Amino acid sequence: MSLLEFFHWLEYLPLLVTMRSSPWLFPAIATVHLLGLAIIGGAVLVVDLRLLGLGLIGQSAARLTRDTEPLLLVGIASMLLTGPWLFMCFATKYYYLTAFWLKLASLGAVLLFTFTIRRRVVRNPTIAGAVPKLVAVASLSLWFSVALGGRLIGFP
Amino acid sequence: MPLLEIFEWLAATPASTALRESHYAYLAFLATHVLTLAVFLGTAIIVDLRLLGISMSRVPVSQVLTRLLPWTTGGFAVMAASGVLMFYASPADKFVNLFFRAKMAMLGLAGLAVWLFFRTVHRSIDDWDNDPVPPRAARLAGGLTLLLWTAILVAGRMIPYQQYWFT
Repeated sequence: MSLLEFFHWLEYLPLLVTMRSSPWLFPAIATVHLLGLAIIGGAVLVVDLRLLGLGLIGQSAARLTRDTEPLLLVGIASMLLTGPWLFMCFATKYYYLTAFWLKLASLGAVLLFTFTIRRRVVRNPTIAGAVPKLVAVASLSLWFSVALGGRLIGFP
Repeated sequence: MPLLEIFEWLAATPASTALRESHYAYLAFLATHVLTLAVFLGTAIIVDLRLLGISMSRVPVSQVLTRLLPWTTGGFAVMAASGVLMFYASPADKFVNLFFRAKMAMLGLAGLAVWLFFRTVHRSIDDWDNDPVPPRAARLAGGLTLLLWTAILVAGRMIPYQQYWFT
């Protein structure tokens, strides 16, 4: 079975056919997905702005990360729980969209980056200068491509 | 209804027609609207959760407000501008859309709630600035606005589904 055949199989599972014919199931799941975007946006911005010397400069980046990490995890969880359903609804369409594959690649990259390099830089107050700023720019750019990719693949 | 006639006239103006027919302009406004949601609602959620005593409870409320609200209002301004442009692309359709009407009504309520917060609860902020869990009135304001923004997001996401639901 090729990847495209697999996507086709997913898209025509009885559950997915039911989902597509429902007037509220798809928008309901998409709404939770959108709310996840906002939650991630808040949690990521607070820390990345701080790394750039903006926003809550009265607090350390380490403390802000500790404070917002539960929120970030809630956001990521709501995205990962809803995203696959939105994908499976139109899996064969996404197969042909470059934006979809770019979104997946950026998502993988940003998750890896956030919980490895960014986490270490944020927790280590001795790292100063350009490094924290570069980390913030990388984090914001990657999340931006994930979000933009998400919006672009939603168009017919 | 005279208001509908005004929006129908607006829809017939050349610029409105051009926006409606330009796939890419609309796409750009919609993408801007959705991406700035992460800035506006993202920071609004942090502020509201602080008022509820759920997140960042060790950071003074005044610090969260002064350092984050400029980003919230900035994000809102860009969202509103892209929203106005999308409305201008199809004013009559939007005007008769029930999800759109609900969204606008709730936006008014949210504005009122924010105004009330600054007119009342916020006045005494010095008394509870460092409280991990702010007083009941502040929690109520945070909870109410969070609920309203969420409902506005739901209504906004449902705007394209008007035909499925009401015709």
